[in-house]
Amino acid sequence: MAGEVGDPHLRPADWDFIAARRRLESKAKSASDKLTSVEDAVARVADGDRIAVGGCLFSRTPMALVREILRQHRTRLTLVRNLMCTEGEFMMAAGAVERVMTAWMSIGLPWGVSKIMRHYVESGAVALEEWSHLALGLRFRAAAMGVPFVPSLTMLGSDLVDVGGMKTVIDPYSGESLGAVPALFPEVAILHVHRADRFGNAQIDGYPHMDADIAGAATTVLMTTEEIIPEDETRRHPDRTIIPGFLVDALVHVPFGSYPHECYGLYEADYDHFGDYTSAIDARGPQAVVDYLERYVHAPASYDDYLELFGGERLARQRALARELTA
Amino acid sequence: MSITASELLAVMASRVLCDDTTVFAGVGVPLLAAALAQQRHAPRLTMVIEGGIIGPRIKPGRLPISTNEMRAGHRAQMLPGITDTFLFAQRGFLDYGFMGGAQIDQYGNVNTSVLGTDYWKPKVRLPGTGGANDIASLCREVIIVTAHERRRFVPKVDFVTSPAWLDGGDSRARSGLRFGGVSRVVTTLGVFGFEPATRRMRVEALHAGVTREQVQDHTGFPLLDAPEITETAPPAADELEMLRALDPERRFLG
Repeated sequence: MAGEVGDPHLRPADWDFIAARRRLESKAKSASDKLTSVEDAVARVADGDRIAVGGCLFSRTPMALVREILRQHRTRLTLVRNLMCTEGEFMMAAGAVERVMTAWMSIGLPWGVSKIMRHYVESGAVALEEWSHLALGLRFRAAAMGVPFVPSLTMLGSDLVDVGGMKTVIDPYSGESLGAVPALFPEVAILHVHRADRFGNAQIDGYPHMDADIAGAATTVLMTTEEIIPEDETRRHPDRTIIPGFLVDALVHVPFGSYPHECYGLYEADYDHFGDYTSAIDARGPQAVVDYLERYVHAPASYDDYLELFGGERLARQRALARELTA
Repeated sequence: MSITASELLAVMASRVLCDDTTVFAGVGVPLLAAALAQQRHAPRLTMVIEGGIIGPRIKPGRLPISTNEMRAGHRAQMLPGITDTFLFAQRGFLDYGFMGGAQIDQYGNVNTSVLGTDYWKPKVRLPGTGGANDIASLCREVIIVTAHERRRFVPKVDFVTSPAWLDGGDSRARSGLRFGGVSRVVTTLGVFGFEPATRRMRVEALHAGVTREQVQDHTGFPLLDAPEITETAPPAADELEMLRALDPERRFLG
């Protein structure tokens, strides 16, 4: 029932900090080699899981992991991301998700309101549970803190309160009423980072987004990285590590692992590709996304084959644009 | 060349920003308005962008499309996480916030979520709040910047995404929102504020050549009048020159 989807009381697993804590206590937190294949990493995802996606909009999206989840045909997923972009459209068109939790969904102003989101949400096929950007961030943070909620001054008075069912709490000191933003403990986090050693100690350049909180909130963390660095390199710059290895379950080396989304300092998002993609949707509706997934997700046997579809020249151009912006 | 609606909005919005302040700016016209203010009359203004960016210097011709891509953070002073960026606003460090919206009502509440009466079965699903709800809840003062159209200025929004004065009077404070609120609405026709007791929208200034009747015709609810209604100065040559240099591709200026 779509009308019940937004009520967190029907989904205590979202905020149950005791159960979430028990899950971590019973899990191995080994300082071992986490390197594996993208296929093996995604084998840890089950139908019906709540998956939190790192990065933000078209920045540092874990595209290789998104592709593999689609290739392995997971269903009934809940996708959680603060600002949702093409990865959410792919999941909707593939029938992989029944619910998304986000503050905003589309690609960006030049490409208009997402027609795919409109199609699946207006028809009732997918429920879109909307939280404010900060509230969603605080949901991950509360979970990463291991507590059931954090007090906040945001989202009060708005109709978003009823959508997500946020309650209020009385400050025991001042007597003031505050929003009690509930924790969100996803089963799985999927993240893409700039560099990590084989144990999963991870470093991010540029925007940290919400990745560290997401890693702390989830039970299972799957990570791709642009670069694998020697352990000694981590130890030389430990201040740059923002996710420690004991949070990470599987690590895969995937250069251009966000493409056609951006990775700060390494490659700019491929706006031309977004334009072609949305033009096809304008012409043919959701079928255009189904066709896109056949061409870009299912047909290429490997990630290298996938990148081949864009071509070396395009990738080199996007690298040069990124260097120019961050030099 | 004649002035576009976006140019008029950017110039009028930039004039609202005082020096020695901080502003939460979204992409498009708000970012251009903030950058223009910084160049022209507010050199000690700090821009904050919700993707996690403090103090960027926007590169002309490479304007950001999203609030969290490399272009938005060009030559920034700090790139905090997104949650921590909003927490600066919750703490009270953000003076101004800019907002737009599909629907705005007489109390300044904004809808960017759904058209229709049932959230779960929307007639039209819009992109959503993004950080607008947080900006509306947490900044000291919020400025709405928008084209002035009757279909946009409705008596009651279908859904309150970003709360301003809610049902008027002291309803905002009673909802737990102890700070902030929408102070001004800058449109293609004029500048609007809110009557202090009822918190209903009122006309404060009209752009050159715009009549009071014209404004009412383009508004779906009765507008009140400020004690004195002034006329805004048209965009000056130097304002337009600086603004146009920021967006030579005219990606957002139209």
